Amino acid sequence: MHIPDGFINAGTSAGAAVIAAGGVSVAVKKTSDYMEDKQVPLAGLTAAFVFAVQMLNFPVAAGTSGHLLGGALAAILVGPWAGALCVTVVLIVQAFFADGGITALGLNILDMSFITALGGYALFVGLRRVLPKQRWSIVIASGIAAGVSVVLSSLAFFVQFTVGGNVDLRLGSVLAAMVGVHTLVGVGEGVITAATVGLVLGVRPDLVYGARDLATRLELKPQVRTAGGLS
Amino acid sequence: MVATPREAFWAYGVYAGLIVSLTLNARVPLRSLIRRLAIETPFLIFVVALPFLARGERIDVVGLSLSVEGLWGAWNILVKATLGAATVMLLASTTPITSILYGLQKLRVPSVIVAIAGFMIRYADVIASEMRRMKVGRQSRGYEPRVLWQVRALASSAGTLFIRSYERGERVHLAMMSRGYSGTMPELAAVEASPTDWLRAFLVPAVAAVICVLAWL
Repeated sequence: MHIPDGFINAGTSAGAAVIAAGGVSVAVKKTSDYMEDKQVPLAGLTAAFVFAVQMLNFPVAAGTSGHLLGGALAAILVGPWAGALCVTVVLIVQAFFADGGITALGLNILDMSFITALGGYALFVGLRRVLPKQRWSIVIASGIAAGVSVVLSSLAFFVQFTVGGNVDLRLGSVLAAMVGVHTLVGVGEGVITAATVGLVLGVRPDLVYGARDLATRLELKPQVRTAGGLS
Repeated sequence: MVATPREAFWAYGVYAGLIVSLTLNARVPLRSLIRRLAIETPFLIFVVALPFLARGERIDVVGLSLSVEGLWGAWNILVKATLGAATVMLLASTTPITSILYGLQKLRVPSVIVAIAGFMIRYADVIASEMRRMKVGRQSRGYEPRVLWQVRALASSAGTLFIRSYERGERVHLAMMSRGYSGTMPELAAVEASPTDWLRAFLVPAVAAVICVLAWL
């Protein structure tokens, strides 16, 4: 859920905006290094994908449903910086359609883009270190990373709220509510991310950035002549 | 607007008046603006809960014990979020998206971000309709997930959607290359802002800034 205008005080929002702007410029630099002139169309289409996938609702529990954040998913599929960049662009565009306030854009970018994409990816890499070098461990790692990234994102919101919340709430209860709800959402996010990564691994393994080390080099094989052949 | 103290009720009245007069001036139907504000609804639930949850001094309103601080907080969030959303919607409903993007570029937003955003907006509808067709496909096969372990089909849709989007991106890139793309997007239709345009553009923010300063005094 996006933070609207006025939820967090102006100073904190401005600080977050400065940090986010710095992060975005790093992300632009990092992605242009390896995407080169493909950067604009590929990142644009991936952003459109993230935008569409956020409309996917999945059942959480007892009739409620959540929707995918997609930050960790994008990071695992196209790389952490590119993923962060795509989700950031989605958030900017959503802000112009009044989903999340313009002044809260920096806060939203930090929570939902950088924390989920970079944090989720770091976790993914860490998990892959301990898991065996197999396909299934990529699926497991992406599921756990995506699930935890949602909780991390809610924790980041809690930090912002502690620093610049406009309401004096019992911080403990805010923390409990945020983390409680997002653990549920995180389970869904994790399951869907894992299954999605699994499918892409099966169909186009070369497209999964997080599994590049598993890619086998294509090799030339001697031509096989079929017995009868076509006449 | 966000920096205005929450006790200054009159200032918010003037802000609202400003937005309404702009809306009328732009001939945007007020009703459609209000209907679009429905996007805020999830936050209203949180806002309604605030007076019950916040701590501090409490007052009794029609038999309910509410926190004064919570009431102020709820009012603060409600009014700022609503006015902010209304302002953005006014922009979105009066200005074509290409002009907004061009404006962002002029305002020194990195051109890469603007270009990516342009692509995203151009293809968002294509990808979203693709997803809608998949949804129709799932539903016509009787897919109606109730519990989490039934989401496999959703995930395969998401995965397929990613592959299709990415491959479309590669095709778009090739098409751009064959039309002479060399790493930078061509300038969008150049419009220069005249001094009067600038004056007009600054009028409303200036009024808002004056109100904010007055409210703090």
